[in-house]
Amino acid sequence: MHTLLMFIFPLLGMLAVRLVSDRKQAAKAALMLSLIPLADTIWKLTMFDPFGGTQFLYDQYWVERMGISFKIGVDGLSMLMVLLTNALVPLIIYSTFDREIKDHKNYFSLIFFMQFALIGVFTSLDGFLFYVFWELALIPIWFICLLWGGNDRARITLKFFIYTLSGSLLMLVGLIYLYLQTPGTHSFDIDAFYALVLSQEQQSWMFWAFFIAFAIKIPVFPLHTWQPDTYTNAPTQGTMLLSGIMLKMGLYGIIRWMLPIFPEGIAEWSWLAISMAVVGILYSSAMAIAQKDFKRLVAYSSIAHVGLIAAGIFSLNLVGLQGGVIQMISHGVNAVGLFFIADILLNRYPNRDMKELGGIAHVSSPFAIGFMIILLGSVALPLTNGFIGEFMLLTGLFVYSPWMAAFAGMTVIFGAVYMLRAYQVIMLGEKSDAASSFNPLTFNEKTLLVIISALVILFGIYPKPLLDIAEPSLQAILLKAGVNI
Amino acid sequence: MNTLLAITGIGVLAMLSEIFRFRKAIFPAAIAGLLLALGFAVADWDTNIRYYSDMMYFDNYAIAFSGIMIITTLLWFILSAGYLKDPEHESDFTALIIFSLAGAVVMVSFADLTMFFIGLEILSIAMYVMAASNKTELRSNEAGFKYFMLGAFATGFLLFGIALIYGCTGSFNLQEIAAYASANSTSIPAMFYAGIILILVGLSFKVSAAPFHFWAPDVYEGAPTPVTAYMSTVVKTAAFAAFLRLFSVSFSGLVDWWAPIIAVFSAMSMLAGNILAVYQKSLKRMLAYSSIAHAGYMLMAIVAMNEFSKGALLVYAAAYSIGSIGIFTIVLALTKNGNEHLSALKGFASVNKFQAFIVTIIMLSLAGIPPVAGFFAKYYVFTGALKSDYTWLVMIAVISSLIGVYYYFKVIITIFQPADREAVLVEIPTHHNFILWVVMIITLALGIVPGLLIYLI
Repeated sequence: MHTLLMFIFPLLGMLAVRLVSDRKQAAKAALMLSLIPLADTIWKLTMFDPFGGTQFLYDQYWVERMGISFKIGVDGLSMLMVLLTNALVPLIIYSTFDREIKDHKNYFSLIFFMQFALIGVFTSLDGFLFYVFWELALIPIWFICLLWGGNDRARITLKFFIYTLSGSLLMLVGLIYLYLQTPGTHSFDIDAFYALVLSQEQQSWMFWAFFIAFAIKIPVFPLHTWQPDTYTNAPTQGTMLLSGIMLKMGLYGIIRWMLPIFPEGIAEWSWLAISMAVVGILYSSAMAIAQKDFKRLVAYSSIAHVGLIAAGIFSLNLVGLQGGVIQMISHGVNAVGLFFIADILLNRYPNRDMKELGGIAHVSSPFAIGFMIILLGSVALPLTNGFIGEFMLLTGLFVYSPWMAAFAGMTVIFGAVYMLRAYQVIMLGEKSDAASSFNPLTFNEKTLLVIISALVILFGIYPKPLLDIAEPSLQAILLKAGVNI
Repeated sequence: MNTLLAITGIGVLAMLSEIFRFRKAIFPAAIAGLLLALGFAVADWDTNIRYYSDMMYFDNYAIAFSGIMIITTLLWFILSAGYLKDPEHESDFTALIIFSLAGAVVMVSFADLTMFFIGLEILSIAMYVMAASNKTELRSNEAGFKYFMLGAFATGFLLFGIALIYGCTGSFNLQEIAAYASANSTSIPAMFYAGIILILVGLSFKVSAAPFHFWAPDVYEGAPTPVTAYMSTVVKTAAFAAFLRLFSVSFSGLVDWWAPIIAVFSAMSMLAGNILAVYQKSLKRMLAYSSIAHAGYMLMAIVAMNEFSKGALLVYAAAYSIGSIGIFTIVLALTKNGNEHLSALKGFASVNKFQAFIVTIIMLSLAGIPPVAGFFAKYYVFTGALKSDYTWLVMIAVISSLIGVYYYFKVIITIFQPADREAVLVEIPTHHNFILWVVMIITLALGIVPGLLIYLI
């Protein structure tokens, strides 16, 4: 029964935060309310046995005669994703402190609603339920982007919604198709899907139906065109939700819903998926180098990072998969960090051009240090959290194809180029006029930077707990996919 | 059957109210009568009685659709309370609408082609008059005239088709027609096929499916807003229920022959309706095109013709009718301000916070986004079509749904935009708020407990 608490707490938060009218108090209340799901997750983590398969199972019919159930369960992979979600949401809410948010009640409500839907995506073990949560997650983020976004938000958000929905509807058709293949009265249960025996041709079709949906969400080149505009235009918290957690829905979907169900379809097409991802890495790195706006730069760098994760997952071996999971967590933390830095800059210099900045390091050393640590995590320096994930991903990709690994490996070099260049332009050099007027960091900003930096270093030095949680479940998934470990 | 009697009774009462001067009582009497009719319908559940030497058959299918139509009409009366207050014609309008509901109930419960035709005519003639009921408005007259001319033409097709079928089989009875088709499955004359085609054309006109949809936008836009609301909900539901009943009972043996034709109609309706809706500036006209598109989705249930069809059509009709009634309350408020353009909704959310939330839910439902009623309606329809191997049709439905999202979401975007300075802000009267509440509750309930309706029949 306490499985359902994962859903009840965010919903409770969504309603409770509406009771607080004062803006400052509301932000504090929202932070407190968001710590409840985190505490719940940590409590579940203490009871969790990595080798125990799916735990905290809750299975109840939703529409019995259609074979649709409300089936929720947590294995190692889901546990990490839930942990990521529930750990990042408090940080995201914390980042609104010292910021003016209009209509804050709806803002926090939508963030909690988003959390609710995301938890659903990461724990559903029923195809239909997965789809419902998948779509549900789109609605709050769309409203966050629409109501609190920048100029031209109507056009951009509509493009974002229709783009992602087009993929989702394809996936829905795929899900219904799989459902109709299940024997007897049909079922959406993931175990029924696992038990399906599909021909090579069916698997190929299913691959595309699902892959396009996930590829749009991740996003994988060339289906990424909604991403830079949306990330840049969304309010900071929206961008954090999108890049920190929401794009992991796509990567998670590949691992949970593609690998075990139609492995031969993946085996047939993984070369193309990996090529797309690798081209995306090179393309978006090049684009990132050319950006003037730091937020947009981070948006492009995000495509590069998740492209590598997608490539690593499709290389279909344990190292690649583990690297993918670790990097999903690391990227979540780093993306929230980088977008927070972008927010700090944006809050002080609304016109965004990096060239006009420079020398901020002379003014604010806490900011310089925090920025540096998060940046190093993002460029995957050893002893930061980015390193271990990218290293494993590249190893996995190397096993699949050394050439691909060589191309994908350039992301590390490119990443260093554009990130360090951005750091140089913004922080170092002569003290510019803009830098002299830099408002010192507030206490809350400092605290958030410290927390994120601590996470970057902590998981860089000691990633083993994460690996231990994920490994057995990833082995089980690869076993179902027919891969020898 | 008692349902039909009760409804007809109120209709007669409404006409008498003019003579005996109890016009004031007619509105509450109509509401009470409809509730009574609904009660009778519920009481008839699972009785499956045939009436008048098998002319009518009140099975659960008939009762379920009657129920939806009566509930929609109840909401419609609350919606149109202001419109009905016309000093000259209150009783006439009330009677016409009630009679057209009686026709609709006949249309979902017929077991015989003559009853089907009579029901259709009772429904249609009342609607011709209602479409032109705003006598002083030119466009309303145009709408009524257009609807009447084209409607009469389509009825001619339908009647001709019925005659041809009768010529082959010697019977109007649905089951006997089916028996004829299965007994002579190798030697069915061309006349029989011609009959099916003509009936198909007549019905496609009534449900405003492409390529017989050209009347719909003008009539929907020109007719008074409450009448449009009625046409796009009750009339549509009745026509679809009759469509499915006729084709599933009488012609199901020839499904391989006619289903591809309807599939093409369905695909054309979805694409034409959704694409043209994108370009509309008037909200009312946009809804007219959207109703053509929804006709396409509902046709998919008839194309599929399997165990999903009835339930899928029921859910779809319910979701669509309820959603439409909700959105027409907004259109009515716009009509009152004299500007039916979508842009007149700017600033709506700043004045009507909660209504904006409900409009969002309705739009999500019409666009088919989970977890509201419209999504499950689409899901059932898609599943049924996929089960009958109409993958291409489902793909077209998916593409057209995406186009649909564009204009439904434009409504959401518009209501959350800040108002122009001189704009007259839209206000929703209290009794319309009640409708919106009911609409929201039903739409969410059908989304959260989707099993409620699908296996009802």
